[in-house]
Amino acid sequence: MIVKVCVGSSCHLKGSYAVIENFKKLIEKYNVSDKVELQASFCLGRCSTGVTVLADDRFIDGVNENNTEEIFVKEIMSSLK
Amino acid sequence: MRIFDTNVQQIKYEVLKALIRNAYENNIDNIYVDIPKMISPGPKATLRCCIYKERAILQERIKLALGGDKSNPNVIEVLDIACDECPIGGVFVTQACRGCIFHGCAEACPKGAISIIDKKAVIDKSKCIECGLCKKACPYNAIIEQHRPCVMSCKVKAITMDENKKAKIDNDKCISCGACVYQCPFGAIADKSFVMETIDILKNSNENKNYKVYAVIAPSIVSQFKYARIEQVVSGIHKLGFHQVVEAALGADITLYHEVNEFKEKGLLTTSCCPSFVMYIEKYFPEFRQYVSGSVSPMVETAKLIKSSDKTAKVVFIGPCTSKKMEYKTEKANEYIDSVISFEELQAFFDARDVDVTKLDDTALDNASFYGRIFAKSGGIARGVKDVSESMGIKGVNPVAMNGIDECKVNLLKLKIKKSEYNFFEGMACDGGCLNGALCLHHGPKNLADVDRYGNEAKEKTIDNSVKLYKLANGIKDE
Repeated sequence: MIVKVCVGSSCHLKGSYAVIENFKKLIEKYNVSDKVELQASFCLGRCSTGVTVLADDRFIDGVNENNTEEIFVKEIMSSLK
Repeated sequence: MRIFDTNVQQIKYEVLKALIRNAYENNIDNIYVDIPKMISPGPKATLRCCIYKERAILQERIKLALGGDKSNPNVIEVLDIACDECPIGGVFVTQACRGCIFHGCAEACPKGAISIIDKKAVIDKSKCIECGLCKKACPYNAIIEQHRPCVMSCKVKAITMDENKKAKIDNDKCISCGACVYQCPFGAIADKSFVMETIDILKNSNENKNYKVYAVIAPSIVSQFKYARIEQVVSGIHKLGFHQVVEAALGADITLYHEVNEFKEKGLLTTSCCPSFVMYIEKYFPEFRQYVSGSVSPMVETAKLIKSSDKTAKVVFIGPCTSKKMEYKTEKANEYIDSVISFEELQAFFDARDVDVTKLDDTALDNASFYGRIFAKSGGIARGVKDVSESMGIKGVNPVAMNGIDECKVNLLKLKIKKSEYNFFEGMACDGGCLNGALCLHHGPKNLADVDRYGNEAKEKTIDNSVKLYKLANGIKDE
């Protein structure tokens, strides 16, 4: 699965870099580095509900530093084969 | 509020604005007739000898706005008919000569070029070496020295006169810094425009459905468009049809990281972000070519980042600079940059598309760190290199900021004779740095305060997160 974290201005101000760092750690923690590829993207076009994450073709809105693990488990781990 | 410094810029802008408007209305068949008539309606001429000459010059400006002479690789061209054939000048005696009996001028002349004829000083041009000693000696300030503004502005002496007394640019010497473009009082030297390609890129994207168009903006933009907030300008760029606006300063953060690492390897480095400075080294100090940083410029670095996350992206750089237009045509940049427009051209775009940025809501702009943002001023890279090298534990960096080509020359000459105390050379062709670039709307000391404020407003105080982003985009693991 390709997980893209928006690093456009708006999401950046809401903490994309912290989200990316958390995702990096979570990928290691759950040992899924062969299944999840983390990328950055300039603006996923959903500035008002950021930080926005695109998991393959599914948008996940409102990610922040504190809910990353919850979202990772619920939205990403669950859809991994 | 006055948008431009000079009337020459205003005229260039009028032409661009009309052209962009016509291009969007798919009405370009008669531009060579319609646009000059609209800008110079007559019946009386206001700037030149007659409206026909005014219009003929405007036609030449339209040609440049359409991309100019394709057979000339330089982005800067002379508009022959606009050149007023200013006096070649030199030193000459004015009416103020009193015909005194002191003859200090003649005494001072080391070449015996001055004689007194009919009680007035007369300079024999064939002997005069333009040293200016006679000028200093005259108690009435009756002797003056005058040169063509284009010639004076050109620090690399690339401008001469042709047989018709028109300015002529020697492309082998020219570093495309654009100083002459801003300095010619007749607007007879100007930059080629790529607004038409930019329009094509925007139109063909079909509102970013076919591919996304990104604007990469130079950090000096914060000192421009003073009539609005930068966040409104960003909204305006979106309104023109760009999908996203990204700061070139983000690429500058990464350039800084590369340059510090490169310094560690080479022990001596000159910067690569100002293309005119790089050309200056290549043409005038080729022995230092090996020390030019191999890092791509912030413009290209930012575009690379964008294209790594969006393979079909198109990137348009918006900046203050003629030489970025030159750089974009080079092999290193061409793959990543799809077009370049200037701040002047952005203003023309806004007005041609009826985008009044002062009426728009803000759009956030925050991609880069403090350090990337202050690349816009002379001394910005030197400051960054010092701080970043310290934080990376790299010792011995001794940077100098060379402000303008004259300072570059002095410092590189010292380096040549091994008398320089420095080992990291930041070079910028424009005095003050990019914030005084040739294609800025405004030039002046206030621009510096704007860039400093903008630097301080960045969320990121160090380049660390920008570097992490670079590593993520390139699949490089953190140490």
